Amino acid sequence: MIVADKKPIEEIIEYLKDHSNILVLGCNECVTVCEAGGKKEVAVLASALRMHARKEGREIKIDEITLERQCDREYLDEIRDVIDQYDAVVSLACGVGVQFTAEQYRSTPVYPGVNTCFMGATEERGLWTERCQGCGQCILATTGSICPVSRCAKRLFNGPCGGSTDGRCEINAEVDCAWQLIIDRLKSLDRLDEYETLCPLKDWSKDRAGGPRKVVREDVQQ
Amino acid sequence: MSVKTPSKLEKILSEGHLAVTSECGPPRGSNAEHIIKKAELIKEHVDAINITDNQTSMTRLCSLASCIRLKLMGLEPVLQMVTRDRNRIALQSDILGAASFDINNILCLSGDHQSFGDCPQGQNVHDIDSIQLIQTVRHMRDEGKFLGGDDLDGRPQMFVGAAANPFADPFEIRVPRLAKKVAAGVEFIQTQCIYNLDKFEEWMKGVRDRGLHEKVYILAGMTPMKSVGMAKYMQKRVPGMDVPDEIIKRLQGVEKGQQAAEGIKICIEAIQRLKEVEGVAGFHVMAIEWEEKVPEIVEAAGLYPRPKVD
Amino acid sequence: MRLQYPPNIRIVRVPCSGKVDLIHILRAFEKGADGVCVLGCLEGDCHFNSGNLMARRRVEQARDILNSIGIGGERVKMYNLSSSEGPRFAQYATEFTKIITDLGPNPVKLAKNKAA
Repeated sequence: MIVADKKPIEEIIEYLKDHSNILVLGCNECVTVCEAGGKKEVAVLASALRMHARKEGREIKIDEITLERQCDREYLDEIRDVIDQYDAVVSLACGVGVQFTAEQYRSTPVYPGVNTCFMGATEERGLWTERCQGCGQCILATTGSICPVSRCAKRLFNGPCGGSTDGRCEINAEVDCAWQLIIDRLKSLDRLDEYETLCPLKDWSKDRAGGPRKVVREDVQQ
Repeated sequence: MSVKTPSKLEKILSEGHLAVTSECGPPRGSNAEHIIKKAELIKEHVDAINITDNQTSMTRLCSLASCIRLKLMGLEPVLQMVTRDRNRIALQSDILGAASFDINNILCLSGDHQSFGDCPQGQNVHDIDSIQLIQTVRHMRDEGKFLGGDDLDGRPQMFVGAAANPFADPFEIRVPRLAKKVAAGVEFIQTQCIYNLDKFEEWMKGVRDRGLHEKVYILAGMTPMKSVGMAKYMQKRVPGMDVPDEIIKRLQGVEKGQQAAEGIKICIEAIQRLKEVEGVAGFHVMAIEWEEKVPEIVEAAGLYPRPKVD
Repeated sequence: MRLQYPPNIRIVRVPCSGKVDLIHILRAFEKGADGVCVLGCLEGDCHFNSGNLMARRRVEQARDILNSIGIGGERVKMYNLSSSEGPRFAQYATEFTKIITDLGPNPVKLAKNKAA
């Protein structure tokens, strides 16, 4: 899922300083799972913003709505009838949701309430770690299902480097060396001989480097 | 092995001599005097001089410009090139730039992570990795083509090297990793500095078992310890470094003023021992900021004078 | 036991301190409470296993939020005691009342009153 982290409230307060009719818009999917932007977080943020504004002597109206998600028009349409009541929206969805909301409601400023970080998984409650960077050409079949692009700090395709120590990355003892993980996995799958296959140069044009990307499926387009 | 380039280093190795290389770190500024001075100190005692490439991600005068300086002094540089800072366009471009000044040796590296240096907020590139860089140089030299497929006008005549670290983890993969580099086309290797001689010899045995020592020249990395403090630091704080406790004990056993001399002694003894190891083709003596000791070490290890080749 | 404790404490009974969520604490302050204190079983003795540990975490979250918006995190506090410890309840109630009295009224309430 997309993992995001709450923005410091001071930053959000700064965005909203000239607004007095605010909608805090949550999302019921990824940001709910990583406890950054779901219904509960919307309620907490709205309450905190109200208290801060009142303390400053500012009259402010803050409403709370949580949509199923903010990356599909059908769900964003649900607020079409009420959006004009607000002079600003704080979207707690990931960067996609913030932008898509803004595209649907062009005359309302939409501010981000979370920092979108990466595509990752829940290792345990309160700990989410990166697994995928969307390079567009998945090579997991050759690396024992462990991704060197997202998990190796130098995204080496023929690793490990000389800094790998005790299965940890040179940048930080808490970070696993991706290539140690790959080697261990290939070993457990009895495929360690594949380690010596030279990995060809990556086509980064399928990644961010090629420009904003799209996926088109003519077979399902209407 | 016959020579493929005008490289003096390649020639010396191909004639069966033990080669000696060393390295200089460029200055943190544009003052080339530093490089010139350091090179002057060691030039009679080494066959080639490596110039590091923004080592530990500290921004310095670039390796390419420093190598050109050495070339203008009539010396033999080894261009170190990391893949951390440049994409494949810039890498090929710099290779051609070096070749245009007749720089004939290149060392292909990934590079330390930028979080160690003075620009931890910078991007890292890693468009290709060190092994793919080896393939790139060989491709440009032997096929005469760019990665994109077009012919290039003037092939880089470069002797291709890479680093090896017998002491990084996992140990079991260190010989296969060397095999990978050999398969990619590497022609010489400089290892990380060696203190654990037993472990190094174990690695060399693995190398010989696979016949790799006959496909690539291996230069053993040597760095003299200046003090017990340096030894402890390298043991605890430098990733991929193996400093046995005996070294630390030995340095602790002499009084402070004598530690540097003891460190040099340990280095010389190591060279003497490794000279006898089959597959060791030479030594890469790294005495960063202590370049003045290189002549003493080379001489005491019986590696002076250096062979003359035309 | 008919012990004395300050009259300005409004008690809200819950089956377990773990039932108190972060938003409940914040809403209390929003509505003008000067202080909120959460009372739970002694740690290790939660009647429902670990509800009091969840409550502690939420009290800490509330503290951070109140600090970041300038209300004052010292206004929220958690106490642990056994339900049979009447005198201790009175002691905590008195102690907490003093803390809040020293801190003064909730700035949100003050501003609301000023505006009115």
